[in-house]
Amino acid sequence: MKFLPLLWSSLWRKKIRTIFTLASIFVAFLLFGLLMTIRTAFTFGVDIAGLDRLILIHKVSLIMPLPVSYLGRLSTMDGVKLATHQTWFGGVYQDPSNFFAQMAVDPEPFLALYPEFKVAPDQVAAWKADRQGVIVGVDLAKRFNWKVGDRIPIIGTIWQPKQGQVWDFNIAGTYDGEAGVDKTNLFFRYDYLDENRAGGEGLVGWYVVKIADASQAHEMGAKFDAMFANSSFETKTTTEKGFVEGFAKQMGDIGAIMIAITIAVLFTMILVAANTMAQSVRERTSEVGVLKTLGFSNASILVLVLSESLLVAVIGGGLGLLASWLFVRQGDPTGGMLPIFMLPTRDVWSGAALIVGLGLLAGLLPAVNAMNLKITDALRRA
Amino acid sequence: MFNWIGQTIAVTALNLRTIPQRLGSSGVAIIGIAGVVIVLVSVLSIASGFTAAMHGSGSTSRALVMRSGADSEMTSGLGGAEVDVIKQAPGLRRDGHTAVASAELFVIIDLPKISTNTPANVPMRGVDRTVMRVRDEVTIVEGRMFEFGTNEVVVGRGANGQFAGLTVGNELHSGQDTWKVVGMFEADGGIYETEIWCDSRVLQGAYRRGNSYQTVLARLDSSESFNTFRDWLLANPQVNVQVRRETEYYAAQSRALSGLIQGVGYGIAALMGIGAVFGAILTMYTAVSTRAREIATLRALGFNTTSVVVSVLVESLALAALGGVMGGVAAYLAFNGYQTSTMNFQTFSQVAFAFQVTPQLLVMGLVYALLMGLVGGLFPAIRAARLPIPSALREL
Repeated sequence: MKFLPLLWSSLWRKKIRTIFTLASIFVAFLLFGLLMTIRTAFTFGVDIAGLDRLILIHKVSLIMPLPVSYLGRLSTMDGVKLATHQTWFGGVYQDPSNFFAQMAVDPEPFLALYPEFKVAPDQVAAWKADRQGVIVGVDLAKRFNWKVGDRIPIIGTIWQPKQGQVWDFNIAGTYDGEAGVDKTNLFFRYDYLDENRAGGEGLVGWYVVKIADASQAHEMGAKFDAMFANSSFETKTTTEKGFVEGFAKQMGDIGAIMIAITIAVLFTMILVAANTMAQSVRERTSEVGVLKTLGFSNASILVLVLSESLLVAVIGGGLGLLASWLFVRQGDPTGGMLPIFMLPTRDVWSGAALIVGLGLLAGLLPAVNAMNLKITDALRRA
Repeated sequence: MFNWIGQTIAVTALNLRTIPQRLGSSGVAIIGIAGVVIVLVSVLSIASGFTAAMHGSGSTSRALVMRSGADSEMTSGLGGAEVDVIKQAPGLRRDGHTAVASAELFVIIDLPKISTNTPANVPMRGVDRTVMRVRDEVTIVEGRMFEFGTNEVVVGRGANGQFAGLTVGNELHSGQDTWKVVGMFEADGGIYETEIWCDSRVLQGAYRRGNSYQTVLARLDSSESFNTFRDWLLANPQVNVQVRRETEYYAAQSRALSGLIQGVGYGIAALMGIGAVFGAILTMYTAVSTRAREIATLRALGFNTTSVVVSVLVESLALAALGGVMGGVAAYLAFNGYQTSTMNFQTFSQVAFAFQVTPQLLVMGLVYALLMGLVGGLFPAIRAARLPIPSALREL
């Protein structure tokens, strides 16, 4: 600790170089944080998808509907805890560019199946009491500045009401959830949809089934599909995790490629910064000689040089990570295109590890060299 | 004046010739700038490839009719009676008594993606007998066109490359239906090449759509007859539709995704650019300070300050240009023509496309590199000019 002033003054020996080195490291780790956020956004929240929830879709394609009558048959099967259905609505609020997901659900089983959506009890009661009621994610409510009690008109694209084109909804409540939960959806009541749509009565989008034993997911899925085989609505069952993963893979490798290129380049930049830091130690050979003459031990020289490069890495990188964290906390800048916009804790830790790694890598070789230096050589070299 | 130019050239040449002696620190600047250019060019090549595939699909002499309120072909729906009315509209090309318009269904079929072996939403289009006259850019390149009234299909070249089981002669099993692939087509690299085409009547049965369609794609008499066609349909109370030029429809479809990719690309490149400028500044400061004595000597001999400034700037620009060219070439070699597919969220279905490293992108990368070099060289150049001669001469 008492060497801190020494460290500090050697750091500012060449002011400009230190400032720019710090700045490059800062930018590199700011980027690192943002990239990890984008990468997480492209996985569509696969990390929190449940393993004990199965999704049943029509075998031919996701866009084909299933009959509502399957609910009874699924609910009474052994090993099924709870089953419910959801229907994609795909409506437009004011303008097509205001895209967000709207789904028709059955409130009670829906909230029981998705405990990660947190809704205040009085708002749940209000939702159950109002047929036109909806609950919206807090991020969505913030985006359009909606409050509980607001009436919002949505134009149906797939489902037309019996009269006109507009469906009216009342905001009964908002749902919140931990980081990583998609808080940009609107959930409304299936009975409202079914009674008022022109055509398609009794059809739902897909089923979500919670099973008692997650390890039986594969067997249960096969059982469901066998039950509905050879009917006019055959099904395909996957775990929710598998479903979300499959969906993310449909985005293809463009996200992966974008991130791979940038990370590769980022590492190059970090290596370049490491090189600059090492350079600054090499230039000070004679000073190391002086320190040794004054009686500094080899070990303390090693520690001194290593701490200096660590200090640079930690200040620059730490501030960079902090800045990216602050930026991400502001929420999705694209206005709804990246519903899951968060910097996962795991990536903060890997960033921190990278910072320490950078400090050690940049300092190790020059530190060892400095340690092994003979005083006479060092002083002569100047 | 000539003297000044002569001095500048002499000092600059001296600088450039000594670059190899400072390879280490110059390399730092070159690599930093090359990296930024790689990121910029390759990320934007994704957006430009995607946009090209979407734009290549449209023709201004075709109009797309959808139900009013529908935001894509997927969510549109038209009854058989409405289709009959649409085919009578003026402004539409006719061959004898047949309207050159194709009433179509647009659905998704679940097929595995070859690269990941996971299910993908592959678009499937049921088309009319007139389809080849409506889309005259489409040509069958392998096998033959399907027979109307049968379960035969033809597949686009992009779909053939990206999804499993779409080779000519193969049979596809989807639910209780079996489709036989009898041909492969090309469509100038446009989005249709990601699709599977079959008879719309057969598809109506397979997807239980009754006598309903989703869209009508009409070939116009000429590009100018669009307004006649649209106004007649909008004024007609028998139909409730919206009419758009096909080009406009696809441009709108590609906007969201290419906007997102471009946003990410420019954002990352801008941030990295800042980092690279720092690298360049460091390099040039090192270059100036290691040559402080030479510079001071030149100035003591009477060389002009401006020529010293210019020489430092030129060196920095030269390094940047080298980095820019290296980055551009690397991005081109690695990504130009890379085939992939992604999800178009408007229709929930796949689009196959190739990355395009266009000349415009390469020029943009180079310009950006030079800009970084200019900014990076400016401060060190000023410092070189301000170097106090006596102390610089003394410096070791």
